[in-house]
Amino acid sequence: MSLHGLIAEFENSEELLHAARSARAEGYRRFEAYCPEPVEGLAEAMGLKDSGVAFAVLFAALIGAAIGYMLQYYALGLDYPINTGGRPLNSWPIFIVITFELAILFGGIAAFLAVLILSGLPRPYHPVFNVPGFERVSRDRFFLVIESADERFDEERTRRFLLSLGPREVSEVAD
Amino acid sequence: MPERPTTGQLVPRPPVIAPDYTPGSVTDAISEIVLKKPHTVPWLAAFAVTSLVVLGFLAGIGVLLFVGVGIWGINIPVAWGFAITNFVWWIGIGHAGTLISAILLLLHQEWRNSINRFAEAMTVFAVTCAALFPLLHLGRAWLFYWLIPYPNLMSLWPQFRSPLVLDVFAISTYFTISLLFWYLGLIPDFATLRDQATSRFQRIFYGIFAMGWRGAGRHWHHYQMGYLLLAGLATPLVVSVHSVVSIDFAYALLPGWHSSIFPPYFVAGAIYSGFAMVITLTIPLRKFYGLDGLVTDRHIDNMAKLLLATGLVVDYGYLMEMFTAWYSAERYEMFTLYNRMTGPYAAVFWLVLAINIGVLQLLWIRRVRRHLLSLFVLSLVIQSAMWLERYMIIITALHRDFLPRSWGMFAGTFWDWLLVIGSIGLFFWLFLLFVRYIPMISIFEGREMVHKAAREAGVR
Repeated sequence: MSLHGLIAEFENSEELLHAARSARAEGYRRFEAYCPEPVEGLAEAMGLKDSGVAFAVLFAALIGAAIGYMLQYYALGLDYPINTGGRPLNSWPIFIVITFELAILFGGIAAFLAVLILSGLPRPYHPVFNVPGFERVSRDRFFLVIESADERFDEERTRRFLLSLGPREVSEVAD
Repeated sequence: MPERPTTGQLVPRPPVIAPDYTPGSVTDAISEIVLKKPHTVPWLAAFAVTSLVVLGFLAGIGVLLFVGVGIWGINIPVAWGFAITNFVWWIGIGHAGTLISAILLLLHQEWRNSINRFAEAMTVFAVTCAALFPLLHLGRAWLFYWLIPYPNLMSLWPQFRSPLVLDVFAISTYFTISLLFWYLGLIPDFATLRDQATSRFQRIFYGIFAMGWRGAGRHWHHYQMGYLLLAGLATPLVVSVHSVVSIDFAYALLPGWHSSIFPPYFVAGAIYSGFAMVITLTIPLRKFYGLDGLVTDRHIDNMAKLLLATGLVVDYGYLMEMFTAWYSAERYEMFTLYNRMTGPYAAVFWLVLAINIGVLQLLWIRRVRRHLLSLFVLSLVIQSAMWLERYMIIITALHRDFLPRSWGMFAGTFWDWLLVIGSIGLFFWLFLLFVRYIPMISIFEGREMVHKAAREAGVR
C-alpha cells in the first residue's frame, strides 16, 4: 500500500486557513485544503493563481459572437441574398440579437466546462475518499492533505508539522 | 455592546435564517427531506393528480399532431390564440427565477440563498413548458429543425431578420444557461447527498451527479468564479429574452402591438408574474416541509415587496400604452384602445386592470404581506390576471384590425383549455419530482448563511 499523503482534520475555517498558510510558509507546495463551503481567503492562503475560468469565458463568448454574426452575414448576405425594398444586405442592427445570444451561449457553456476541467472533474475515485470520516467534508469539517509527492514530504516530519497545527486528528491517506 | 439604532424601523425585521441552526443541522434539515423522509400521502396524492393531468396533456398533443392546429380556436384573423398566450406566460414565469438566482446574487442580497434553488428549478420547468407551445403551434411540429440554421439540400436558411427566428435562439440559449446554472449550483449539494446517503443506491445515484466533487480549495476557487460569471451572463440574457419575445409583437404593424414600449413593459410583466409563482410555490413548500427556519417571514415579505414594485412598473406600462395611443391621435391606435375598453373582450380588459392595478395595492399593507393565506391567494389571482393580460394583448389587437370586413372573433376550444391545464400539470409534476429527489434549498449556501449570521452576532 503506497501512501497518498497525510490528512489533518479541523473544526472550523479559521483553523484551516491558518493550516494552509503555515503549510505554504513551511515550503510545502503539493497540498490541498477541503471545506464544506467556500472559505474567504483560502485561495490566497494556498497560493492559487487567478482562476482561468474568466479567460475561458471571455474567449468563448468572443468566438460565439463571431460565429453568430458571420453565420447571419454569410446566410443572408452572401449565400442567399434577399433584397427587401433596397435595404442593405448587411443589416447589422437586427443581426446583433443572435450575435449576443450566441456570445452568451458559448460563454455560459465555457464557464460550466471550464469549472469542471480546471477542477479535474468528473473524477469518481480519489484517494481522500478512503479516509474514514472524510464524508463530513460536505457537512461541517475541514481537512488539509499534504501529498507524499511533495518534495519536502517526510512522513515523520510532516506528521509532526500537522500535529503542531492543533488538528482533531492526523491520519494517513492510502493511495 | 452598543444598542442597534431603531430609527425608521418600528417593527424589527425577521432574520434570514433561524438563529439556532448550525452548519451540521442545516445540512441535515435539507438533505433528510431527500434522503430519509418517506413519501407522504399529500405528496403521493398530488403526484397522482398531476400525473393524470400530464397524461391528458400528452393526449392533447397527440390529437393535435394527428389532426392539426384546426382543433384549436385559431383562424384568420386571430391566428395566435392560446398557444402564444401560454408561451409568453410561461416564459415570463421563468424570469423571476433568473432574477432571484443571478441578479440578486450580483447585488449581494444574501436572503436569496434560501429560495434560489427552487426558483431556478421553477425557471427550468417553466421554460420547458413555454418552449413546447411555439413548436406545437408550427402545425407540422416534426419539422421544427427547419428553424435551426444548418446546410441543407433545400439550400435555404432561416430568415434571421425575423423575430420568430430570434426567438429560437433566445429561448434555446435561455434554457441551456438556466439548466447549466442550476446544475452547477447543485454539484456541491449532490456531493453532500452522496456523503450523507443512507443506502448504496443513493450513494451511487447522487455520486454520479456529484462527479467526484470533494470540496477542495481548488474546486471552490474555480467554482466561485464560474458561478459568478454565469450569473453575470444570465443577467443581460434574461432581459434580452423577454425583449425578443416582445418584438414578436412589436415588429408587426398592427395597432396595439406596434409599440416601442413593449420590451421593458414585457420584461416587467414577466418578472411580476414570476414572483407571483415563486410565492405560490414557497408558501406550501415551507409549510409541508417545516422550513420556516430557512425560508423565514423576511423572505416572504421581501418577495411580496418585489411583487408590488414590479407590478407598479407594469401599471406604468399600461398607462403609457394608453397614453401613447391617445397622444398619437392615430385613428387605428385609438380604435384598438377603444375596442379594448368597450368591445367584446372589454370584460377581460377591465378585469386585468382591476387586479393588476387595483388589487395589487393591497400589498402596501404589511399585514397582507405577512398573512400567508391572503398572500397565497393574491399570488394565484395575479398569475391568472397576467395570463389574461397576454390573452387580451394578443386577441384584441388581432380580432379587429384595419378593415371591418376582415374582423372576427376568437374563443378557446376544449383542446385549447386542455393544453393550458396540461402544461400547468406538467410544471407541477416536474416540481413535485424535484422536491423529492433534489435538495430544494441550496445546502452549502445555507451553511454559508449560518456562518455569516454567527459572525454578525459575534460582531454585535
